[in-house]
Amino acid sequence: MAEQTRHRPFDMAKLTSVPYLVWMLLFTIVPLGMVVWYAFTAYPNTDFTLQNFAGVLKYGKTFWKSIYLSLIATVVCLIVGFPMGFIMSRMSERGQRTMQMLIMLPMWMSFLLRTYAWMTLLENEGLINKFLGLFGIGPFQMINTQGAIVLGMVYNYLPYMILPLYSVMVKIDQSVIEAAQDLGADGFHVLIRVILPLAVPGIVTGITMVFVPSVSTFIISRMLGGGSNLLIGDLIEQQFLGSVYNPGVGSAMSLILMVMILLIMGVINRFDSDEMEGMLV
Amino acid sequence: MKRKLSLLLAVLTAASAAAAFSSCGSSSSAKPTLKVFNWGEYISDGQDDTLDVIEMFEEEFNCNVQYDTFSTNEEMYTKLASGSVEYDIIIPSDYMISKMINEDMLEPIDYDVVTNAANLMERFKTTDYDPGNAYSVPYTWGTVGLIYNTTMVEGTPTSWSALWDENYTGKILMFLNNRDAFGIAEKLLGYSQNSTNADEIQACADLLKDQKKVKPNYVMDEIFDKMEIGEAALAPYYAGDAVTMISENPDLAFVVPEEGSNVFIDAMCIVKGTEQYELANQFINFMCRDDVAQANIEYICYSTPLQTVYDNLDEEIRSNEIIYPDDEVLSRCESFVVLPDDTNQLIQDLWNEIIAE
Repeated sequence: MAEQTRHRPFDMAKLTSVPYLVWMLLFTIVPLGMVVWYAFTAYPNTDFTLQNFAGVLKYGKTFWKSIYLSLIATVVCLIVGFPMGFIMSRMSERGQRTMQMLIMLPMWMSFLLRTYAWMTLLENEGLINKFLGLFGIGPFQMINTQGAIVLGMVYNYLPYMILPLYSVMVKIDQSVIEAAQDLGADGFHVLIRVILPLAVPGIVTGITMVFVPSVSTFIISRMLGGGSNLLIGDLIEQQFLGSVYNPGVGSAMSLILMVMILLIMGVINRFDSDEMEGMLV
Repeated sequence: MKRKLSLLLAVLTAASAAAAFSSCGSSSSAKPTLKVFNWGEYISDGQDDTLDVIEMFEEEFNCNVQYDTFSTNEEMYTKLASGSVEYDIIIPSDYMISKMINEDMLEPIDYDVVTNAANLMERFKTTDYDPGNAYSVPYTWGTVGLIYNTTMVEGTPTSWSALWDENYTGKILMFLNNRDAFGIAEKLLGYSQNSTNADEIQACADLLKDQKKVKPNYVMDEIFDKMEIGEAALAPYYAGDAVTMISENPDLAFVVPEEGSNVFIDAMCIVKGTEQYELANQFINFMCRDDVAQANIEYICYSTPLQTVYDNLDEEIRSNEIIYPDDEVLSRCESFVVLPDDTNQLIQDLWNEIIAE
């Protein structure tokens, strides 16, 4: 009997996870199953086929371009976000709260509107070129370039890099850094030997949270890339809302993209062997 | 064919969807509900002292109307075909209507109820996509043409080839929509816009690829912004939207190129299997009534197919060649019909190759 009472709180805890499990089943597992189903069937029939995957092959270049641009965006976010996260973590509590607020602030506005705003900023007749024009510089071609797409990704997803980095770094005790310094480590070695290893879980989370939405975006490339720098997200959208309704090929593309993301995440996660406390998701 | 500011529409659609959600819970009365699916910004909605057409209909016919919007024909079709939504009334464009007739997705119109359709201009009483208007009643129409900035373009461009002119490199916009983009190439090469000949379509794709030399910017809704501020010099688009752009920037002008162009018709249809067949016919009849049709056409700036509505418009609008082009212009225009699936697939594959490269 004693054992049963000890188990009860545990069962209750299990029970509280039911709403989320139902949610996940309905909106993650079932749709995922449908993607797999469509990817392997010849719509509108239900015969098994690999034809959809053959249809994806010719878009290899676009897959590569999406991954390439997202990797650049992720690296830029890391380079900008890492020092920012560290500086934030060393601030007074009040300072930290203010910075958190400032970083989250843009996210209160619609993602679409913010990207649209960048379009009008970067255009040849846009605000930036008009301003430069006052000094006789330019105009520079900024809109409709791959650079503009990377900028859009960095701008939109930077908070997702800074926040996990900050949340891990804020747990690094100042005395650890001081101890390293007392033992003769210079600034560079404190960074490489102390801060960086302790920040790995945050780095991994940050990379995941920037890379995954970047690689699958379609609105950033469409608005800032001028429609001629299509990414894989745009191609997937075309399969469903283009002139041909092609859920098979669209699902096959999504599935390949998911597998590729999983592989890349798998590689990155190897660096983060057992330190999982920084994970936000 | 209206793709005006889909950003705003996305927000509005979300809002109307939310409204639809909440109204589901509260309306316990036995009033019938008519579900209408239309282009965004495509009905007089009571803004700025215009008629609130939907509210009027609800009062006159003692019913509820659930009104939602879409931004492309394909989006509307995908939603209906997948069975994820149910509507009684839809307002698609010509080629989509013929596709849906072929797939048995529409109910025939009951002309004993839709008596106001007698007021249609003669040339809208039968159409290429739906002979005798058996399944659809024209709502609006318009042409596709070339919008250009008179301060940036010398003279009047009379040919679609202006979109391939290297003098305007980087200042050219192009449809981000394969049917319209191929339609321009087809006209330029002297083919039909409904060609199913694989060689002709390949030639169009080569021509569209060649256009890359002028670094076109592929857009839909973004065109309003880019033409109005002078970011671009030339763009193909829909006549009704050109009127809106010209009212924002008087330096802009519109021309239907001499090779000819597309004339589109958006028409009201009843979805197969509707439970409100009678009410749906009454709605279409109501939308063709003079006062309602006039309020709608004044609101959306497109062209009306109804004779008395046209007669009652301001002289200024009636004589506007962009909205009501003369017969000579119309004789050069062709309307889209549905293409077979393999042709659509070919066009889409070639198109993806063109823009993804």
